[in-house]
Amino acid sequence: MTSQFPQFFDTRAFGRVLDSAFNDVVAAYGLTLELIFLPVLKALLAMEQLLLWLPWWAVLIGFSAFAWLASRSAKIMATVALLIFLIGVIGVWEQAMATVALMLVSTLMAVFLGLPIGVLMSRSNRVQGIALPVLDIMQTMPIFVYLIPFVMLFGPGKIPALLATIVFAIPPVIRLTNLGIRQVDVEIVEASRAFGASPMQVLTTVQAPLALPAILAGINQTTMMALSMVVIASMIGAGGLGYQVLQGIQRLEISRGLFAGLGIVFLAIIFDRIAQAYGKRMQKTLKLGA
Amino acid sequence: MGNNIKIYLENVSKVFGPDALNALALIDKGMTKTELLEKKGHVLGLHGINLEIETGKTTVIMGLSGSGKSTLIRHLNRLIEPTSGRILVDGEDILNLNALELRQFRRKKISMVFQKFALLPHKTVLENVIYGLLIDKVPPHAAKERGMAQVELVGLSGFENNFPGQLSGGMQQRVGLARALATDAEILLMDEAFSALDPLIRHDMQMQLREIQARLHKTIVFITHDLDEALLLGDKIAILKDGILRQVDTGMNILKNPADDYVGRFVRDVNRARILTCGPLAQPGTPTGDTRLNAEQTLESAFPIMAAAQGPIGVLANDGALLGVVTARQIMEALIQQDRAKSTLVGSDI
Ligand SMILES: Nc1ncnc2c1ncn2[C@@H]1O[C@H](COP(=O)(O)OP(=O)(O)OP(=O)(O)O)[C@@H](O)[C@H]1O
Ligand SMILES: [Mg+2]
Repeated sequence: MTSQFPQFFDTRAFGRVLDSAFNDVVAAYGLTLELIFLPVLKALLAMEQLLLWLPWWAVLIGFSAFAWLASRSAKIMATVALLIFLIGVIGVWEQAMATVALMLVSTLMAVFLGLPIGVLMSRSNRVQGIALPVLDIMQTMPIFVYLIPFVMLFGPGKIPALLATIVFAIPPVIRLTNLGIRQVDVEIVEASRAFGASPMQVLTTVQAPLALPAILAGINQTTMMALSMVVIASMIGAGGLGYQVLQGIQRLEISRGLFAGLGIVFLAIIFDRIAQAYGKRMQKTLKLGA
Repeated sequence: MGNNIKIYLENVSKVFGPDALNALALIDKGMTKTELLEKKGHVLGLHGINLEIETGKTTVIMGLSGSGKSTLIRHLNRLIEPTSGRILVDGEDILNLNALELRQFRRKKISMVFQKFALLPHKTVLENVIYGLLIDKVPPHAAKERGMAQVELVGLSGFENNFPGQLSGGMQQRVGLARALATDAEILLMDEAFSALDPLIRHDMQMQLREIQARLHKTIVFITHDLDEALLLGDKIAILKDGILRQVDTGMNILKNPADDYVGRFVRDVNRARILTCGPLAQPGTPTGDTRLNAEQTLESAFPIMAAAQGPIGVLANDGALLGVVTARQIMEALIQQDRAKSTLVGSDI
């Protein structure tokens, strides 16, 4: 005998209601939402076109210069240059640039949205109490679940891919902004207030600079999560390296999947090295006074 | 209330906890701090504080750990809000200030030095010193000029571009002091400002503060655990226990007549060489040599002179008349024999 869990309420009926309600939302607001996110799409496409329009060596120099500015280390700059070069060598340049564009735009937007949310959370225990479990759920929910509502709203394409990536990648930057600000020495914050600083002045002169290493660590994690999302996002039309991996699997072409996979790994190393080095350098500057 | 009173605390009480008002009512009915904590989970910070702080004087607040010193001083710039009572500064109740007025009050009128310095680690010495000025939107150029003057005043010239982490503790606290002086506030709050420093540096800082005070005549509220420091710096000393003021008086009067056992225990371990003066020890006799001591000179400052002299030294009153003589032996005895020292003290009229 198999014992069955008793049915307390009709989940299927509930599911039907939920589905149809969401369908109604899609029918009513789908178009409007698409219009709202049109500028985002345009930014994404412009970024992609810019990266592809630039000659490969200009991109290489650009990345290397960025690496130098962030790390002040010749070794890291050389590593970044070499990896960019290798991405071209293995023949995935175009796809890699599409992926970089998606990553940069989604990371920027995640940071842009995540920072103020993190600041709000740090100011109120109640907001933190609500936000933390939500962030926990966001981070444990399988990535695919995010795709469904966004695809329903926008249809397959770059916008749902971008939005799903933002939702997936935003928790670390929120979390670590909140944590970073909360960890700032209370006596220093008190000193700032004692000299008549407004809440905004406390934030800009004390909390933000002292929380910067933590915030940068959050941005780093957000970047990595955005990158890990590209394969999945490609299933709904984001294109890029992920799409190549997907095709490799579908057509059983090991080489295609392998090269695209390598491209993703190289990008991951590039962004990780740059962000880590910058974080370390910031920490050292702050240590001077600890 | 005379007009030489800068700050006046009127029946100020503070209870920490969500239901502070009801908890305070229980205290008013006679519940003790310990009972309140055990039965209601509320902490009594201060109770019924009435205190006058004189303009241009240094008022020291003393008490054991947890007695409410920090809580009290943080009321004066409203980093902590009282549960009840009034806090008048220049006759105006600062509890009536709105957020904007409160910020102005903190920018212009009152500043603070912290026990653990609380400097901004990512800013240079000069940037730290002018922090309050920049918060007050003084143009950076003018702020830097004023800042450099303060850096000089505390003897840190040449270090203005260093970061706090590159400085010793004593130097860091000079930065803290310069930062507090830079805004030209009339009131200076110092919460155990020198407690984190080692003894030699600490003494240097105490002397420097006295020098600065002799020139600037700020209204200083200074917190300390250390009676020697309190006696050295304080024009008045207020002694707190469990959130209640036990005695407010000059150092001498507190030494002479401790209000209760608690105060008495504070006074017991005082460094008498710094407090006792030569006058009351003078006895009839003829001095040898030309060296003279002043009646108001502390025994500590008389040591080097005694060491260099042979035989009894003459003690002069303020008007130059010879009061008598003291010998090295007498001074030693005065310091060693607590009881006798005490009676000397009580007998003196200082
Ligand atoms: N924010 C707070 N919440 C609850 N209780 C507090 C708070 N701040 C202070 N207290 C309590 O109030 C009492 C007085 O604390 P306060 O910090 O004023 O003491 P203190 O005399 O400055 O001690 P110390 O010499 O250790 O600095 C203590 O019992 C302390 O636990
Ligand atoms: Mg304290």
